[in-house]
Amino acid sequence: MTTPDEPLKGLRITDLRVSFDGFTAVDGVSLTVGPGDLRFLIGPNGAGKTTLVDAVTGLVPATGSVEFGGTELLGRPVHRIVRLGIGRTFQTATVFENLTVLQNLDIAAGAGRSPAALLRRRKGVPDAVARALETIGLTDRRGDLAGTLAHGRRQWLEIGMLLVQDVQLLLLDEPVAGMSHDERAETGGLLRRIAEDRTVVVIEHDMDFMRTFASSVTVLHAGRVLSEGSVADVQADPRVQEVYLGHSPGEPVAAPAGGSAGGED
Amino acid sequence: MTSTLTRWRAPAGYALGALLLFAVAPALLSDFRLGQLARYLCFAIVAVGIALAWGRGGMLTLGQGLFFGLGGYAMAMHLKLTDAGAGQLPDFMLLYGDTSELPWWWEPFRSPAVALAAVLVLPMGLAALIGYAVFRRRVRGAYFAILSQALAAAFAILLVGQQATTGGTNGLTNFQGFFGFSLLDPVNRRTVYFLIAAVLLLLMIGVRQLFLSRYGELLVAVRDSEERVRFLGYDPALVKLVAYVLSAGTAGIAGALFVPAVGIISPALIGIVPSIQFVIGAAIGGRASVAGAVIGAVAVAWAQTTLSEEFPAAWTYFQAGLFIAVVAFLPGGLVSLRRLLARRGPRVAEVPA
Ligand SMILES: Nc1ncnc2c1ncn2[C@@H]1O[C@H](COP(=O)(O)OP(=O)(O)OP(=O)(O)O)[C@@H](O)[C@H]1O
Ligand SMILES: [Mg+2]
Repeated sequence: MTTPDEPLKGLRITDLRVSFDGFTAVDGVSLTVGPGDLRFLIGPNGAGKTTLVDAVTGLVPATGSVEFGGTELLGRPVHRIVRLGIGRTFQTATVFENLTVLQNLDIAAGAGRSPAALLRRRKGVPDAVARALETIGLTDRRGDLAGTLAHGRRQWLEIGMLLVQDVQLLLLDEPVAGMSHDERAETGGLLRRIAEDRTVVVIEHDMDFMRTFASSVTVLHAGRVLSEGSVADVQADPRVQEVYLGHSPGEPVAAPAGGSAGGED
Repeated sequence: MTSTLTRWRAPAGYALGALLLFAVAPALLSDFRLGQLARYLCFAIVAVGIALAWGRGGMLTLGQGLFFGLGGYAMAMHLKLTDAGAGQLPDFMLLYGDTSELPWWWEPFRSPAVALAAVLVLPMGLAALIGYAVFRRRVRGAYFAILSQALAAAFAILLVGQQATTGGTNGLTNFQGFFGFSLLDPVNRRTVYFLIAAVLLLLMIGVRQLFLSRYGELLVAVRDSEERVRFLGYDPALVKLVAYVLSAGTAGIAGALFVPAVGIISPALIGIVPSIQFVIGAAIGGRASVAGAVIGAVAVAWAQTTLSEEFPAAWTYFQAGLFIAVVAFLPGGLVSLRRLLARRGPRVAEVPA
């Protein structure tokens, strides 16, 4: 699908609006995620983060414009958007519990397969799948049913499923929610490696995690962009401190993970 | 050791099945009983398709009678026209008909090639149309089941209303010949049995291969999480459509073979009740496995014949009770008992087939 030396693509969202029966969940958001960025999207519960990703991936109708590498995404069906190289995970990890880790990855790798290839049996482990198994550290569990994986490993499997899809833009909805401290650190390292040759957007509530791994941050509040910039810029923004973290301006931002932001829901 | 065992279990099972169907049953059973078995095997062929669409694909196909009927009527029309001879009308039309003209849509079924093609094309084409409309709109679960059921009922009602051209409630019956062979000759009737047994085995092997293919894995994925599959870049509607259309084709073949084996096709054989019974057999045996669905279909059909001869009233309740018990306590059907009993052994992660 993609050649290694194809330039990385960026995401450009212009005046995006999503309404549910008169309630506007995303209210004119414009933001640009540069190629190769590891962007964190933060904001209180109900800020519209998930809805924004839903709109980008074609799950809810929206107005405005979403371009990836210059191609307009709005109005395309979900599976076509995926084929443009855009993958996402969900707030609750969804893997195919009745299939093995290997089968999960193999299916993820196979959207471009011809009908004839689909009708044959899988022989061995495809290269892309083997590489993803290594990257997410599940090589020795590839024969296990995905339903038997612990929560953290399911998230990794989901990320692995995006890797074998050869996506260029990953949209991850709270990938470390419910993970232990060590798992978070490992996941962060994994995201960094992934972002080396892809564009990654991470929705996250965990401030420590965001501070450690984000290269840039966008803060959403009530469906609008409240602040945007580097981690330091955003932390210094008094509006962010007030609205998002519930601190009075001036007080240093040192909220523990989750905290007033709602944490792991 | 274990892996060699598992590798040979399925081929050994199929060899045993072939032995039972081709050697033991014909040797032990009277012509009459063998004819009954042929009928059960037709239901088993429907069950093979149900194992694919419902067991693997999660589509509760409660209206397979529609496709069974299309295949059956296509075959029956051809046999009626051949019996009548060139330029003649089928016997029932002379009786009820108000014209001396053959309806235009009967005419193509004179040709054996057209009739045989219609056995597959009519059910599969209709299933493709229904499936495309239904899966695109993401109709599933109980809505899909009720819709399937309604279509089967509508088809049966349509046939009843057109007595002059379809035989109405009586259906089409009294077939004399089957592609040049007299159906009155017991030898030819045995041949029909062998034909049905062979078709059943071939379809079982084919669908099992499909279960083991990448498509089979994908179908399980769609069954368990359609949305997720969509986010992998597949169109789940297409994935389901393939299984649904194949299951319709299977039911069509079963209906076509039912006609020479049993000698009748009628609305009562394809409406709501038979459509539910197709599913009950597969559910009781085990819908997720081809062999389970087939064994369940044969067992339920056999039990129905035997028990309803003795206790006509009790059978319906018994069947309903068994169905509820299996669905409630043993969703994998009776074949899953084996796995339940073997729980102590090592867990096999591969999807059972
Ligand atoms: N399908 C829907 N119908 C109606 N309202 C919805 C729907 N989906 C989301 N909303 C509303 O839109 C708003 C934004 O929701 P969204 O899930 O995008 O928030 P979020 O930022 O992801 O929050 P969280 O941190 O809790 O995941 C919420 O008020 C929510 O109730
Ligand atoms: Mg959310």
